[in-house]
This record gives sequence, C-alpha cells and structure tokens, in this order.
Amino acid sequence: MSEKDIDAVSGVETTGHSWDGIKELNNPLPRWWLWTFYATVIWSIGYMIYYPSIPLIEGSTMGISGQTNRAALKEEIAFANQARAERFARIESEDLETIKADDNLYRFAIAGGNSLFKVYCTQCHGSGAAGGGGYPNLNDDAWLWGGDLENIYLTINHGVRNDEDDDARFSDMPAFGADEILERDEIGQVTEYVLKISGQDHDAELAVAGETVYADNCSACHAEDGTGDIEFGAPNLTDAISMYGNDRETILAQIHKPQLGVMPPWGERLGEAGVKQLTLYVHGLGGGQ
Amino acid sequence: MSLLKKHASLEKNLSLLFVCSLVVVLIGGIVEIAPLFYLKNTIEKVEGMRPYTPLELAGRNIYIREGCYNCHSQMIRPFRDEVERYGHYSLAAESMYDHPFQWGSKRTGPDLARVGGRYSDEWHVQHLIWPKAVVPESIMPPYSFLARTPLDANDIEGHLVANAMVGVPYSEEMIANAAADLRAQADPDADTSGLEERYAKISIRDFDGNPGELTEMDALVAYLQMLGTLVDLEAYKANENLR
Repeated sequence: MSEKDIDAVSGVETTGHSWDGIKELNNPLPRWWLWTFYATVIWSIGYMIYYPSIPLIEGSTMGISGQTNRAALKEEIAFANQARAERFARIESEDLETIKADDNLYRFAIAGGNSLFKVYCTQCHGSGAAGGGGYPNLNDDAWLWGGDLENIYLTINHGVRNDEDDDARFSDMPAFGADEILERDEIGQVTEYVLKISGQDHDAELAVAGETVYADNCSACHAEDGTGDIEFGAPNLTDAISMYGNDRETILAQIHKPQLGVMPPWGERLGEAGVKQLTLYVHGLGGGQ
Repeated sequence: MSLLKKHASLEKNLSLLFVCSLVVVLIGGIVEIAPLFYLKNTIEKVEGMRPYTPLELAGRNIYIREGCYNCHSQMIRPFRDEVERYGHYSLAAESMYDHPFQWGSKRTGPDLARVGGRYSDEWHVQHLIWPKAVVPESIMPPYSFLARTPLDANDIEGHLVANAMVGVPYSEEMIANAAADLRAQADPDADTSGLEERYAKISIRDFDGNPGELTEMDALVAYLQMLGTLVDLEAYKANENLR
C-alpha cells in the first residue's frame, strides 16, 4: 500500500484490485454508520462485563450486576406478596362474614377470587361459571352441597369425591339398575314420577306407581318432597335444573347407573386466603345464600 | 501487500472460501453451544426425576405425532405472570429425558409443563374427545379417535432402547419388561409391584374410563397427568440455582 491508486474519472481512491482491467472504487463508509458500529463494539464490552457471559471450565463469569432471571423473579414475587401481605393476613384470620362486611377487603377478595377462578375453575365450570356437561352452574340458586359461605368454603377447600382429601364431600348414589336393586319396571315408574315432580310431560299412571318406589328408595336422600338434601349432595329433583339433563332418557340412565361428579380439593394448592377469596367470589356470582 | 495477496487467493478460490467460512461459523457455534454440555450448572440437581414409563412414553409419542407442540409449550418461564398462572418455572432437569424436548415456541393453547394432576382423567377424556364440551370458547380440534384407537404396543421396547442410546437411564430390566409394564399401568387389576419398583411416583389406573381396552387415550392421558409432577419442588434448592 505504498502508493495510492486514484481513479481518473471520479477522483476516488481504488482498492487496487483489478479484474479484466476493471477497478473497484474504495468509497468510505458513511460516517454515521461507522460510528454506530464502533459504539456497538464498545457497548458489547460493557455488556459482557455487566452481565453473565463468558463460559469457563466450571460455570461462567457472573458479571458485576449479579443479575439472574430467577433471582429477579424471586424479588418480584416477594415484592408482590409484601404489597398484599396485610390484606392476605386479614383474609386468613377473619371469618367470611366479617370480610364480606368490610367493603374494601371484600372487593380485594372478590378481585383475587376472580383471577383464581379464571385459572383454576373455568376449565370445568366455564368462564362464566355457567357449568354444563356434568359440571354444576354456579350462578343459579341450585346448590348440591349448599350455597352459603360456610358450605361453599368447605366444598372448595376439600373438593368432592376425590381420593386426595379425607374430608372431601362424599355421597354415593346406588346404581339401582346396574346393581339390580330395582326392577326394570320400577325404574321406569320412578322415572315418570321424577318427570312429574319436575313439572314435565309424564305418564300419569306409571307416576302413581313410581311415587311408592320413590318413597321407599329415594326419599331418604332426595327428601320426601323431592327437594333434595345438601347433607348428601342430593340434588333437588323438583326444579328441573340438572347437571346431566332433564329428559326421560337421561333420568332413566342416571337412576340405572349414576354419574357422580368429582372435584379436586383446593385447600392445599391455593392456601387459606385463596380458598376464602374464591368462596366470596363464587358466593357473589348471584346464587349465594 | 503480502496479506492482501493471500486474501485475494481466498476470494478467487470458491472451495477454500467455503471451507474457511464454515470454520468461522463453527467457532461461533462451538463457543455458544459446547459449554452447555460440560458446565455442571446447566442441569439443576433435583430429586424425583425418572425416565418416563412405557405408557407415558407411548403417550408422549402420540403427543408428538399429533403435533400438540404446535399450540402448546412445555416451558414455564421465570416471570411472575407465568409462575402465578402455571406454577413453579420449568427446570432444565425436568426435560433432561426428553428426546426431543417439547419446550415449544408458540402458545395458541396454554402451557402444559405442569398440567399433571390439575384436572381429573374424566376431564381430559371429555376435553380430548370434544374440547368445546368443557371449554366452549376453545378452538382446539377434537381428538375423539384416540379413544377408539387401540394402542400399538408392539414397538415400545424399541422406543426404550432408542432413548437409552441417547442417554436416558433405562435399565435392562426396564427394557425387558417394557411391553408388560405398558399394559400393567393402565390395568388396576394387574400385578404392578415390579412396575412400582422400577418407576417411582407412578400412577396406575385406567385412564380413559374404558377398562376393557388399552387405547391411545390411555397413553396420552397418562402422559399428561405425569407432566410436571415428577420433580420434588419442595426439596429443590432454588437459591442454589439462581441464574
């Protein structure tokens, strides 16, 4: 590079390469581009020193920041927990009625319950809590295991018919058909009776016979007038609200071999405060007693 | 001038240019990737992680076959919103027996890294048969055929062998019993003492609500119910693994 080779036409220095007599001009890079490039090089050195970067034999350089995603997360969660610690402590220690009476705390609990519901409950009970397909609707006035604060709390805390929690709600309707407790005719009759008390089209003659079958076999749990009993999670048969369907075939199938709902216990997973928040949220959906 | 002359020969020789560019790119790759294989802190020390049971592995194969990873990730990132929704962030150790891993890169549906034990088996069966039955706003396609398709269990031993070859610690005993173990896990009446010994924290039951038949549904539900449940997170020392 002893002598500069200047292109005669443009007056610009060439690279000195020559292919078939054609020479390449050596125009300088735009200044702004060049300085940006130098700036990024300098930036990368600072970045390398500040953050963990260079792999060594046993681990890597940790950087002077000590920054890690997991530590940052830990801090963030600790900060969030601290911000709500006071209210959480009150929700844990005070009973549900007291929380409900405190407007500020109640609104806090409902908001928390709402987000818990979205994460843990909507998969079965639906995003609007309307249930369906074998999962109960939580908006209406029909409650299998009771719709007051105390009962909703127990149901959420321990769940229904699960193996994990010894205090889970439990009841077992017999399979009247599959286990041959009732004759086929009797099941047909009691089906007509259930149709009758729920105010639907039915065979009046069979329903009369069905009333006796009902009194002997069903009234212990579903009550003599068919209004159910929350002690056994026995649904009210007179309100035409049901999880599996109200038509003749479904009622028949349910008596023959009942489907029994299962709900996981949430107490251990969500903690006392979580369960209480959910209780207040579900109670406030409209059907709470 | 001499250096420039040498460079000119590189520019004029296509094969040499190709080989030299490859070397430069490889150096970059090796510096970024190779340390992950020898650094001891890549995979956390955890308790409870074990190779998948034959039934879970079969379910995992169905998961991959059906392309579940296109919409579901299995990677809870260490961010507050994800941790509060899905649970403890995923650990590298939890996918150390995954070949290939199922971290995914797109969430059209929710993350599944800790879906195990979150819903009942019945829910999973209902949901896989017709997702809208339980989640009306779902856009997941139905996989009802899984419940009707008998599980092809003939090649399971081969799958265990293949995984063992890439480093999953399947013992000879596990491999020898693979086919029997696969059937036994979905059969509550089978003699499962050996199975329970070979695989800790195993769930043995009929998963698809159809005890008479071993279907692909059994395998997939068994796999889903195991996801994220193996590692003992209470024994895991989070403070020693901050990174």
